[in-house]
Amino acid sequence: MLVFNDLKKNLKKDLSKLKKLRLAFLGDTATQFIAQAIRGMGVEYHLDIVLFEADFNQIDRQIFDPGSELYHFDPEVVLIFESSHKLLQKYNKTAPDTRKQFAERTILSVREKISALRERTQSKIIFCNYTEEDDRVFGQYASKVEESFIFQLRKLNFLLQESAVQTANLYICDLSVIQNTIGREHFWSASIYTNTEMVVSIDALPDFALSVVRIVQSFQGQSKKCLILDLDNTVWGGVIGDDGIENIQIGQLGIGKAFTEFQYWVKKLQQRGIIIAVCSKNTESIAKEPFEKHPDMVLKLSDIAVFIAGWDNKADNIRKIQQILNIGFDSMVFLDDNPFERSIVRENIPQITVPELPEDPALYLDYLYNLNLFETISYSSEDSQRTQQYQKEAERVVFQESFTNESDFLQRLDMRSDTKPFDSFTIPRIAQLSQRSNQFNLRTIRYTEDDIKRISQSDQYLTLSFTLEDKFGDNGLICAVILEKRDEKILFIDTWFMSCRVLKRGMESYVLNAIVDLAKKNGFTTLLGEYIPTPKNEIVKDHYESLGFLPMGDLWKLDIEKYERNGNYIQKK
Amino acid sequence: MEKKEILVALQAIFREVLDDENIVLSEETVSNDIEGWDSLTHIQIIVAIEQYFKIKFTSKEILSWKNIDEMLNSVYEKKA
Repeated sequence: MLVFNDLKKNLKKDLSKLKKLRLAFLGDTATQFIAQAIRGMGVEYHLDIVLFEADFNQIDRQIFDPGSELYHFDPEVVLIFESSHKLLQKYNKTAPDTRKQFAERTILSVREKISALRERTQSKIIFCNYTEEDDRVFGQYASKVEESFIFQLRKLNFLLQESAVQTANLYICDLSVIQNTIGREHFWSASIYTNTEMVVSIDALPDFALSVVRIVQSFQGQSKKCLILDLDNTVWGGVIGDDGIENIQIGQLGIGKAFTEFQYWVKKLQQRGIIIAVCSKNTESIAKEPFEKHPDMVLKLSDIAVFIAGWDNKADNIRKIQQILNIGFDSMVFLDDNPFERSIVRENIPQITVPELPEDPALYLDYLYNLNLFETISYSSEDSQRTQQYQKEAERVVFQESFTNESDFLQRLDMRSDTKPFDSFTIPRIAQLSQRSNQFNLRTIRYTEDDIKRISQSDQYLTLSFTLEDKFGDNGLICAVILEKRDEKILFIDTWFMSCRVLKRGMESYVLNAIVDLAKKNGFTTLLGEYIPTPKNEIVKDHYESLGFLPMGDLWKLDIEKYERNGNYIQKK
Repeated sequence: MEKKEILVALQAIFREVLDDENIVLSEETVSNDIEGWDSLTHIQIIVAIEQYFKIKFTSKEILSWKNIDEMLNSVYEKKA
């Protein structure tokens, strides 16, 4: 684990090649160390965090004064840290008969700040929750006394969560969980606070910084999407091929408990939308047997999107999984109890995350909780259907193999697309895709739910969203286009991203036809497109050229009058 | 623990925290003598000393030292 001094040293490195990110940091205590730690941790994640640090205790002035330095700085992210120790001081000064309403009053003032920020900027807001500090005035009886400080603090944390649920663009940095993990004696040092107004001890700075940077990193669309599991001694105890189905360890007894609880964790991830794959050195039928027959197995075959068992090298099998899923290696996590397999995979596929699982399976879960690998900034109900969609993708692959001719295959897929402007039902999913799409994304401009709402209501833009279903099932919403009216004749393709699940189906042609139809209907004559390269979107480098656009400087141009429709096999639904 | 040993350890801590291998401490050294030793890094140095010697300074001590010698004496008394 990195210590604060390592983070400080990071700042002396050459940061010129890192992606810049503008973050404004507002706190009610002395925050210099936290700021340095966040910048230093940013470097670990390839970010040059350009920081605006408000003077001590200026949160209100910076937020409510429209001419403040905060708004001049024009941050992409605003981080607000109000400490529980200052909260306690405020509580101390409150008249005893109003303490019952302390949390309610505090959350009102927090909400005022958040709405002022949201009126004046489009930045994302990270608000730190409150670490628990108990003055023990009521002893443990405090939980029965509404006006006690700890009662009000816990209530406030709960109200903060509620606000976050209701407010797009507001995210909570969970400091409370950090203090619960490392302990209050490591999070806070009274003697240092007394001398300096610093409320976070030096040992806790890396954890604090990591929490912030993890959220910021998710804003950039970097998150884990897939968990690949080894089986023997990872998902169950023992070796299925040697021990047999009766003797592997799962269930309620002894070490079996550890594996059962681990499986419940994996199942919850799957239900959240993480794709679960299996990569095991086993004979396939033997490896599948526990999933089919063992009464204590929590994970079923239907939870696994891709199941690969065989005797090939695991790195090769993981590459196979990657080809089927069509997602980046850096969005995958591989869990294996065997250090040898782990190092082979790590050496061959450096982008993949391979945690050093502890030797004792009883420790797996706590270790994985602490790694906190599956950070996200969005969740939608569609996420839980992802496994099914990938299983259908595997069926499609088999179906396609029965055709020698690709257009026969596409024709027989019986594809239909629901094509319409953004609406309140599709906006959350569009925002989510905007955050996640890395490969088929022409300009990789990330929009939040708030942004998308604003765009869908603006006269300056036209929007289109696309679903795709076929005889194997519904892929859901897989593509979105935002068109900006440059003038009366010119329409600029501000955004065009598509889920990689539907590549090579003719969707690009179908989408362009829809764009052209919409443009014509509104009297436009020219379409302009732009490709902004990123490390991940090379697959769309020639996108506009192959669709018939002509180069115009750095842009691509299509004359709508002369456009000949590109053929495809997709019907409008 | 001898005062000399403590001084050597302090010097190593200063070098690590301030990321400067050329720092040389003597008993007379004051904060102005050393680049980068300010009120912020002072806190880092104190925490590093506390952890290294497994001691705790009081909040009064933390701001009372005028030179290395007084810092050294605080450590010496606690380790005695």
